[in-house]
Amino acid sequence: MDRGAGMTVVHYLNQFFAGLGGEEAADHEPVRLDGPQGPGKALEAAGLHVDTTVACGDDRFALNEGDCLATLLGWIERADPDVVVCGPSFGSGRYGYACGVLARELGRRGTPVVAAMTPDSPGVLANEGAAYIVPTTANVAGMRDAVPLIASLASRLAAGAPVGTAEEEGYLPRGLRVNVRSAHRGADRAVDLVLAKLAGDVRTEIAPPTDRVSPPDPLADPAAALVALVTEAGCVPQGNPDRLPTRHANVWLRYPIADRLELAPEDYVSVHAGFDTTAANRDPDRLVPLDAARALVAAGRIGRIHDEFFTTTGVDTPVAVSTRMGQEIGAELRNAGIDAVILTGT
Amino acid sequence: MGIPTVFITALPTIAQMVGANRIVRGVAITHPTGDPSLAAGDELALRVRILDRAIDMLTADVAPRTVWEIDG
Repeated sequence: MDRGAGMTVVHYLNQFFAGLGGEEAADHEPVRLDGPQGPGKALEAAGLHVDTTVACGDDRFALNEGDCLATLLGWIERADPDVVVCGPSFGSGRYGYACGVLARELGRRGTPVVAAMTPDSPGVLANEGAAYIVPTTANVAGMRDAVPLIASLASRLAAGAPVGTAEEEGYLPRGLRVNVRSAHRGADRAVDLVLAKLAGDVRTEIAPPTDRVSPPDPLADPAAALVALVTEAGCVPQGNPDRLPTRHANVWLRYPIADRLELAPEDYVSVHAGFDTTAANRDPDRLVPLDAARALVAAGRIGRIHDEFFTTTGVDTPVAVSTRMGQEIGAELRNAGIDAVILTGT
Repeated sequence: MGIPTVFITALPTIAQMVGANRIVRGVAITHPTGDPSLAAGDELALRVRILDRAIDMLTADVAPRTVWEIDG
């Protein structure tokens, strides 16, 4: 089967796989070569004819990303490919990063592209779900398994043929949700999933978006720590002077508490629309535990409480908005030299 | 490199799902750090205990998405 017939394919490699040299050539400038090189010949054997190979030294790309990208993208654009293949980079960190970034930029420009690397390669994160990435082993021994999958995906992308889900096809999940028509109604599918789960097979049609962050190192010396209070419970000064939205909040606020021993009900209120605030508004310390935090400072258990608390309403808030607010608050806390955070949620 | 953070919430399974790492189970959704059924002094004592537990967790090496009870 000649799946490569009539297709223009560009292949990206690093200096090593392009035959330019090993680590001593890692500063090699971007080059453009005719026809398949190295692993490109394996792609050929799998039916994917490589017209042009572009390559770059791993260090050169890592240290001069903007210039290298511009050169490579310029060449690729002029080649007007039907599909681009990046790698496989296997477990190589710098090469994987270059493949992930180049594939991301091509994907965002609408150029069909397939990369291949280990699932824990920095290139996967750098790619941000913009391209299909075929998982490989950490070493080159996985070439034989990776090539047929790369060639199959690449030839279909080049032809504009449909590509199935990550689970069906074996590429790494891209974090995209695609509407599909199912022959089975939702209730039937839900019952099927419950029955499967009872049998020990836990599946989902829609994986929740997850943001996996390793636990930061523990606090070494709490008695000297500057601790910040943060909440999504919608606590604000009485009258809600800055009009914190009661739901769908896309802003966070901060209020001074340096001269406060507690959040007194005559001074603070929760405007959160997602729960019954009656009990909390009789004593807002039930949401933002300032009185207890002061007691721990007095007892020498923690050093100090930060002079401001941070607040928003977490109700009907998209994860993307929560993530952005978390990053913004995190940056403020970092600037303030905060050692640890007590976050309360309702 | 992050700032150690402890999340006090009555919904620890949701906290785990979104990837929080240090989680202390709060008293209730509507009052995670309080209990209106207690006398004022007892409630403050409970709140101090919750925070003391939270500080313990901040000083502990934990596996990702660990949940601690208030009295553990």
